[in-house]
Amino acid sequence: MAPTKEDVPADAPEHCPGTASDLAGKADSCAGCPNQQACATGPKGPDPSIPLINERMADVKHKILVLSGKGGVGKSTFTTNLAFALSFDDSVQVGIMDIDITGPSMPKMTGLEGETIHQSNTGWSPVYVSDNLGVMSVGFMLQNADDAVIWRGPKKNGIIKQFLKDVDWGALDYLVVDTPPGTSDEHLSAVQYLKESGITGAVLVTTPQEMSLQDVRKEISFCRKVGVPIIGVVENMAGFVCPGCHKESVIFAPNTGGARKMAEDMKIPFLGSIPLDPRIGKSCDLGESFLDIYTDSPAHKAYMDVIDKIRSYVDGRS
Amino acid sequence: MTESVDQPTHLSKVKHIVLVLSGKGGVGKSTVTTELALSLVEEGKRVGVLDIDLTGPSVPRMFGLENHQVHQASTGWVPVYTNESKSLAVMSLGFLLQNKDDAVVWRGPKKTAMIKQFLEDVAWGDIDYLLIDTPPGTSDEHIAVVENLRDYNPDGAVIVTTPQAVALADVRKELNFCHKTKIPILGVVENMSGFICPYCTECSDIFSKGGGEAMAKEFNVDFLGRVPIDPTLTALIEAEGGTFSTRFTQSGIYPIFKDITKMVMSKCGDIS
Repeated sequence: MAPTKEDVPADAPEHCPGTASDLAGKADSCAGCPNQQACATGPKGPDPSIPLINERMADVKHKILVLSGKGGVGKSTFTTNLAFALSFDDSVQVGIMDIDITGPSMPKMTGLEGETIHQSNTGWSPVYVSDNLGVMSVGFMLQNADDAVIWRGPKKNGIIKQFLKDVDWGALDYLVVDTPPGTSDEHLSAVQYLKESGITGAVLVTTPQEMSLQDVRKEISFCRKVGVPIIGVVENMAGFVCPGCHKESVIFAPNTGGARKMAEDMKIPFLGSIPLDPRIGKSCDLGESFLDIYTDSPAHKAYMDVIDKIRSYVDGRS
Repeated sequence: MTESVDQPTHLSKVKHIVLVLSGKGGVGKSTVTTELALSLVEEGKRVGVLDIDLTGPSVPRMFGLENHQVHQASTGWVPVYTNESKSLAVMSLGFLLQNKDDAVVWRGPKKTAMIKQFLEDVAWGDIDYLLIDTPPGTSDEHIAVVENLRDYNPDGAVIVTTPQAVALADVRKELNFCHKTKIPILGVVENMSGFICPYCTECSDIFSKGGGEAMAKEFNVDFLGRVPIDPTLTALIEAEGGTFSTRFTQSGIYPIFKDITKMVMSKCGDIS
């Protein structure tokens, strides 16, 4: 196999056979290269799981990643509400895949704590909240909800691969992927495994303060590097209305102009701001659908507007 | 704590090593690390802060040290100091990036190698406390830091949480991580516990309340204190420049941290 441009690293020695070649690590020119060992022992050629993943994903129309550089900004809360809102339409099939391996929040937020995954001859069955909303998370596989999952990268990648390859998702209209904070193994793996079957886009979640925005900018660079389209940015926890006097306070001050300005600067769509409502957090703790119960909240309208924008982005592409 | 080390290393001169951990992101690990560091300096200690959140380093901004760079000396990497008296030294991957918006897209092995380098090569000098700020979770970074610190007997971990159940679920995992890896738990800090409305002074529990204390009791570890949300503090942190470092002692949070710091010091066997 002739070396292609991609698999010869920029700083490789002259005549590098390419990292995917059969000769990788074994050619004469590999002598003395610091990566010789890695190349000689690493698996060669395309990942054999990719065709299996493509087969499973062939029936999934839209795959949406929910990302943010910073932790605790509301990725899982947003994922849950997006999925619940999409599943309000009984004819739409929705799946949630939680790839936050060391801190899975989905079982609690969807009210499925204590459930376990069932295995059948078609693969692992997701746990269903309702007929048209299925959830898959490492949280369902733990003996004890408090057990720590102390895994390094390769093991995390393995489970993500299994979620895509071995889970019997069935025909889905939407697969919403909830991610951990950062730009590391989980993100690279999800993108890599879904590359061929195609990712519809990523929704970035942030809070208004610069501390969070600076990490979201990194996440935007990540999306651009790996070629994932960005659907837009959602600003969460923007403002808090005191239940006592109904005056609004800013808890996470948008000193650098908030997410709207950041989206403008980075030339990506701004999807909307969602205010803080203590009832959102409470619904998540109880595993209820906030959008279903508290239709009077100002956050309800903000959420629905954002979700409509995502829906129209997705419809515009199909 | 130096006897098990054959050759004197940078870390063997550090008197106390404290990890700041939490399973959940965005609960205020970096904020608590910063506040603890500043309070320790107020107590007359020399402090180092190491940020091992490689894909989302927040510590440079917390101390108002963005755009500073790390220098190389014959003894190793020289950390960035916040003031002339060099009582507070900071090290973060943020100081090594060309552009602060660059994404650090690294898989586990590369992160592990970087952390090893941070722990071995940074010339902290004679400091009393090294505080280590971590990313959320229980994965590569955490395993790497615990493995590399094994010979130095770290004093323990301060666990940060917010009061709501979703955060507590992840923090329980972190407590179990500490048990498994035999890191002593110094105590639990409940952050963002209530918000005092600046107009009517009614206290709203945005992320509910009391969960951290209940969890500490359940796991039989000490509860260090409850820190409310103070919007003026966030504004201070967010203001450009080093205002947070210089004005922290005037904020309403400082007295609370003074107590937390005293408790951490006595747990480390360092009370004068």
